[in-house]
Amino acid sequence: MNTDTHAAHADDHHHGDGHAHGSFSTYMLGFVLSVVLTAIPFWLVMSGALPSKQITALVIMAFAVVQIVVHMIYFLHMNTTSENGWSMMALIFTIVMVVIALSGSLWVMNHLNSNMMPMHEMTGMK
Amino acid sequence: MSPDLLKLIFGRLGIDSLPLHEPILVGTFVMVALGGITLFAGVTYFRLWGYLWREWFTTVDHKRIGIMYMILGIVMLLRGFADALMMRAQQALAFGGSEGFLPAHHYDQVFTAHGVIMIFFVAMPLVTGLMNYVVPLQIGARDVSFPFLNNFSFWMTVGGAVLVMASLFIGEFARTGWLAYPPLSNIGYSPDVGVDYYIWALQVAGVGTTLSGINLICTIVKLRCPGMTMMRMPVFTWTSLCTNILIVASFPVLTVVLALLSLDRYVGTNFFTNDFGGSPMMYVNLIWIWGHPEVYILVLPAFGIFSEVTSTFSGKRLFGYTSMVYATVVITILSYLVWLHHFFTMGSGASVNSFFGITTMIISIPTGAKMFNWLFTMYRGRIRFELPMMWTIAFMLTFVLGGMTGVLLAVPPADFVLHNSLFLIAHFHNVIIGGVVFGAFAGINYWFPKAFGFKLDPFWGKLSFWFWVTGFYLAFMPLYVLGLMGVTRRLRVFDDPSLQIWFVIAAIGAGLVFLGILSMLMQFAVSFLKREQLEDVTGDPWDARTLEWATSSPPPDYNFAFTPVVHDNDAWWDMKRRGYQRPLTGFKPIHMPSSTGTGIILAGFATAMGFGLIWYIWWLAAASFIAMLVVGIGHTFNYHRDFDIPADDVIRTEDARTKLLAGAK
Repeated sequence: MNTDTHAAHADDHHHGDGHAHGSFSTYMLGFVLSVVLTAIPFWLVMSGALPSKQITALVIMAFAVVQIVVHMIYFLHMNTTSENGWSMMALIFTIVMVVIALSGSLWVMNHLNSNMMPMHEMTGMK
Repeated sequence: MSPDLLKLIFGRLGIDSLPLHEPILVGTFVMVALGGITLFAGVTYFRLWGYLWREWFTTVDHKRIGIMYMILGIVMLLRGFADALMMRAQQALAFGGSEGFLPAHHYDQVFTAHGVIMIFFVAMPLVTGLMNYVVPLQIGARDVSFPFLNNFSFWMTVGGAVLVMASLFIGEFARTGWLAYPPLSNIGYSPDVGVDYYIWALQVAGVGTTLSGINLICTIVKLRCPGMTMMRMPVFTWTSLCTNILIVASFPVLTVVLALLSLDRYVGTNFFTNDFGGSPMMYVNLIWIWGHPEVYILVLPAFGIFSEVTSTFSGKRLFGYTSMVYATVVITILSYLVWLHHFFTMGSGASVNSFFGITTMIISIPTGAKMFNWLFTMYRGRIRFELPMMWTIAFMLTFVLGGMTGVLLAVPPADFVLHNSLFLIAHFHNVIIGGVVFGAFAGINYWFPKAFGFKLDPFWGKLSFWFWVTGFYLAFMPLYVLGLMGVTRRLRVFDDPSLQIWFVIAAIGAGLVFLGILSMLMQFAVSFLKREQLEDVTGDPWDARTLEWATSSPPPDYNFAFTPVVHDNDAWWDMKRRGYQRPLTGFKPIHMPSSTGTGIILAGFATAMGFGLIWYIWWLAAASFIAMLVVGIGHTFNYHRDFDIPADDVIRTEDARTKLLAGAK
């Protein structure tokens, strides 16, 4: 890129106050963590180390949640102070929305399924 | 040509797709075509294409984009209202063995199109337009955060509207009701293009809505002028923020639901089918997770408008600013906790129904708090009954009524009686017309002088007001009565002759509303002709309180020559009180974004892609998709994205304003 274009675009490279940047070591740490967190679930499935499929599935989901957190901290540079706290606020709001939508849907659909599907008996839903 | 080749080129589009056998549609087409040709010829004759392209279609100025949203909303209002008139006429006529004038096949499309158009292409553009125009001015910004994205969002909304309008003359629209519930909307029961028009119109417009939501959130969070803390933001900006948060959080749900429905229709998956493990109820559940926040998306900005109008025309600071803000935030969260009240009767148990019934009733508490805040703002104020204030009063009376029938419907046992009845229809028209539409009209009358530099004519405005308000009550109060008598929605013919009188009254009401709409168009025309008399040179014709009134009417491209500094709520009122002097010297060049045609081109290809997918014209869909990618990537190489307005131009503009202000005194 020649310096001319770069100068013309200096304005585009502003970043908001408190926008965190990662360093080489934090990126590497995040990378290693996410590789490890991916490898373990693979190993769990391939080796069948855990007694039942259900437990394996639950453990994998737990690893997935940890993976999400690793990504948010090391790659999305989220912490309680970045962007004047807006990132954290947005995260909390998102979690609240997702929890409401998922748990609500499960609850509602479970009811509808039990009450309305002809194969089931119409009992137990009070 | 062989049938195979024809199919390859035209998909399932053929000469029989044109509704030549429907005289109503042919007549409409002739009228629309004549109007279109006249418009096209007029624009060509006056050599306006270049002007329109340069100054409007490719503009990234939030003010012009806002105005274009309003025009889109008003044009689509005419279409949506034509559907409403046809339904009212059909239902008033179809008694005693008469079939009315609409065949079932057409009538079903009319009520579906009416709902879809009124929500997505009337209410949404009006609300988005006002937010687009006003929010950057209220927070002392020069534009939105992503001006190009703003232009693109607008044209995607237009693209969706174009697809809905195309369905009128090419093929047909959905016959499923405005939310296209499966299994009726599945391929087995709706094999024709109607539901596909529905899906792709909403998907194309949905991209625009989501992006515009992100854009406005970013604008409000990042571009507030110095001193404007969150708790000093005008209430309209607050409600806009909450509305756009709702948009960003809920529209992806709609996108996914429609995507799953299209997978069911196009590739034979079974998400929402009756068999193979599919569940149509899941569709209803998911679409209302979007659908309920959607109604708050529409009404929250209206609440904001009423807050601005009430405090301006009462000459007082808004009563209970803090409680107003918290009420808005609480409504934002609660709007996600009530979706099941749209399908109480679908078979949930008592625990689910009572939970959602109670959360629904709780929403009336923050809404009631707002109502009392407006009343206390008016209390002992010097109220000026100008048009915006009249719409606000009409809103307060009408919306309370609609809110109370809403709380009534929130009681599950009552809902079991009234579900899908005309009582429900009356209820939601009561809140949407009384809330959103009256709010949009209050906003139009309030901010019109800001946008164009002259006030709207009060005589035709008042005429329009009285036609609308009386028309509304005449049109919808009979529906409450009919609903209580057990008449269900979407019926085409009736057996019981004793019901007819109510439908006739409702049709008369719709006629009055029609006169209201005509008066409003007349109001625009008359105001334009009398613009010299109605001119506003001060930039602050209502003696208002917020920052948008600190600049000239219409504001210059750059909004504010110097970014204002805010010390109090009601920033402009505070500045006037402290004897603010407009700076007359020291102007500097102002850095602004450049216009670009990329938005309209991208949206054009997106619309073509939608059309190709609707008619199974796969080559068109693929080609438009690739074209979109190419144009999108090409745009990243466009380095001419900004320019500086030279200081001389700023000085010239500001000097002209100084002269005008001196003349006004």
